[in-house]
Amino acid sequence: MKHLLGTQDMTREDATLILDTTAQMAATQDREIRKLPTLRGRTVVNLFFEDSTRTRISFEAAAKRLSADVINFSAKGSSLSKGESLKDTALTLQAMGADAVVIRHWASGAADRLAQSGWMHGAVLNAGDGTHQHPTQALLDAFTMRRHLVTEPDGRGLDGLTVAIVGDVLHSRVAGSNIALLKTLGANVVVVAPPTLIPFGMAAREDISVHYTLDSALEAHDFDAIMMLRVQRERMTGGGSGFFPSPEEYTRLFGLDRARMDRMPEHAIILHPGPMNRGLEISAEAADSPRSVIVEQVSNGVAVRMAALYLLLSGEEAPND
Amino acid sequence: MTETDAIVIENASLYGDTTADLVIVDGRIASLDRADAPAGARTIDASGLVALPGLVDIHVHLREPGREDAETIETGSRSAAKGGFVAVHAMANTTPTADTAGVVEQVASRGKEVGLVDVYPVGAVTVGLEGNQLSEMGAMANSRAQVRVFSDDGKCVHDPVLMRRALEYVKTFDGVIAQHAQDPRLTEGAQMHEGLVSTDLGLAGWPAVAEESIIARDVLLAEHVGSRLHVCHLSTAGSVEIIRWAKAKGIDVTAEVMPHHLLLTDENVRGYDPRFKVNPPLRTQADVDAVRAGLADGTIDIVATDHAPHPDEDKDCEWGAAAMGMIGLETAVGIVQKTMVDSGALSWRDVARVMSTTPASIGRDEGHGRPLEVGEPANITLIDPTATWTVEPSATASRSNNSPFGGIELPGRAVATFLRGRPTYTDVSFEGAFA
Repeated sequence: MKHLLGTQDMTREDATLILDTTAQMAATQDREIRKLPTLRGRTVVNLFFEDSTRTRISFEAAAKRLSADVINFSAKGSSLSKGESLKDTALTLQAMGADAVVIRHWASGAADRLAQSGWMHGAVLNAGDGTHQHPTQALLDAFTMRRHLVTEPDGRGLDGLTVAIVGDVLHSRVAGSNIALLKTLGANVVVVAPPTLIPFGMAAREDISVHYTLDSALEAHDFDAIMMLRVQRERMTGGGSGFFPSPEEYTRLFGLDRARMDRMPEHAIILHPGPMNRGLEISAEAADSPRSVIVEQVSNGVAVRMAALYLLLSGEEAPND
Repeated sequence: MTETDAIVIENASLYGDTTADLVIVDGRIASLDRADAPAGARTIDASGLVALPGLVDIHVHLREPGREDAETIETGSRSAAKGGFVAVHAMANTTPTADTAGVVEQVASRGKEVGLVDVYPVGAVTVGLEGNQLSEMGAMANSRAQVRVFSDDGKCVHDPVLMRRALEYVKTFDGVIAQHAQDPRLTEGAQMHEGLVSTDLGLAGWPAVAEESIIARDVLLAEHVGSRLHVCHLSTAGSVEIIRWAKAKGIDVTAEVMPHHLLLTDENVRGYDPRFKVNPPLRTQADVDAVRAGLADGTIDIVATDHAPHPDEDKDCEWGAAAMGMIGLETAVGIVQKTMVDSGALSWRDVARVMSTTPASIGRDEGHGRPLEVGEPANITLIDPTATWTVEPSATASRSNNSPFGGIELPGRAVATFLRGRPTYTDVSFEGAFA
């Protein structure tokens, strides 16, 4: 692996390697001294064209626990108000000797572009590009599911598990990455969303089940895990451009509340990439229930990003200290 | 021009089917037999070359005035001549907009000064292309530029009432509205064709229906008011069906297709290289097959390039920040040959129709699209159909090099272009001294 751009072209071997390495990284985080010397002297740049405090500090913590030097570079800009161009930023980072660039960008494909352009030579880690991919989120979700739902998880995938992804799949890079990775790891994927929020062609896919209400999905499947996506209120209230009539109707049809939670098998876990809209896509009861692994996802996020940085920057050997 | 400027093109294959000579004297075709050539005439051995009436491109962006960093009338004219064109229609989305007699006269006169191709300015349908108010099309029609083609290209004349009025109004001077068919509401933020690839790439979709619904409305409007309509850059299978239906009903509509829509698909967008970003977007293989079939059976009347130069900084960036459009004047002949002629779908005589005769007729370009016959203006394009070449974008005569065809092998190209008897581009050797 030279870059981590997305999960669509990721092999099962690579995915499993990252998950296994994540387990090793997570184990080191239970120690009294959590810092590893592995990436001492290496420079990791967090290049964020879009605000995302959570993802940035997660990558920052991961890099620092591997003893890398971390530079945070916040480059605001949009398609309308261009700041410094991606190219010039990349050339600058190259000149500064960045070994890895963690990029969050509003434009789909920005990470691919950065990796392929020849503007810089370091490893590129996609921390979310537009409505395309967010691979470390999918990996941390998979790691969390594997840890809870698979016995002796090391070396294994998610074969035979049934996972629901509920919400704004159309605009969600989290869903985009998760669907591809879950399929690669052998899970059954059930997508639950109103037809307005299903990407073109997805309903026709034979390898995915699509449901237009959460109740019908719960009726048809025994879920091992349910992943609630964040819903953006502006998608509901865009006048003629709204994808849904109202937040209330969304909650009625797609919100995960106590009653719906109780319809899932007892072992089923609840995931959410955060930040949550409590009361909209998920009720407080569900979010705070013992089935919820939402807080654990955050700590697994650090471990997964440690694993990714480690694998990209220091070869393939696992840490042996 | 004196007799010493006479040129004899020997052994050309007229329309690819009849071998003859073209004796050019005083800017006209004086004879089809070299025996009639005046003494001192220069000669070109055109054995193996196809001679067509000079090509006419009804849809180019020359960017001047306003974006001379992307293209000028001079560089655009040079690129056109190199591509085999003798006349181009320059779209109105310049800065300032070509929505007054002053701007169109400026463009026309600069084109004349450069003198490499006949530059016909297209007038804006609405003031500033804003879609609110009709521009003074009468003034542009009656100006020295004699504008006949009006378009808000780049933007759709979306308001149905405004479109109706425009279609009616240009009847006064035998004008035509060339519509950029794109429903703006259905394409807000659109980045590429809406389909399986856009789902994979996470790019906002530009659905085919956004084009087709406008074309359907416009052909019905054209029928209702009895006006002629030209549809720019048709790109979808559904659009072909609508045009076919409209023509069967006798509606006075013409349609154009771009070389890139004959060759490339949305699959090319994987990799996010902005050279493939264009509007309307690259569609699916089914659409490519349909527009080829439509061009072959005459449903689509013409090929035009939508030559859209952009400087490096507008393409050497992330997809979402990149400008839409691609250059195409110099690759058009090769792509039409590759996709249509070599497959047997079009003869070279058909190519003369779709790239010269009919576009000249739609644009009311006097003296263009005329047959290769004695007495006609010597507007001639020589094509070498065996000159296999690999496209090198930096070798273009255009000021910009945003071609999506870099590295693609094309079977042929234009090797000489004559505008009223004067060579405006030649990559063939002359025998005899220049006067």
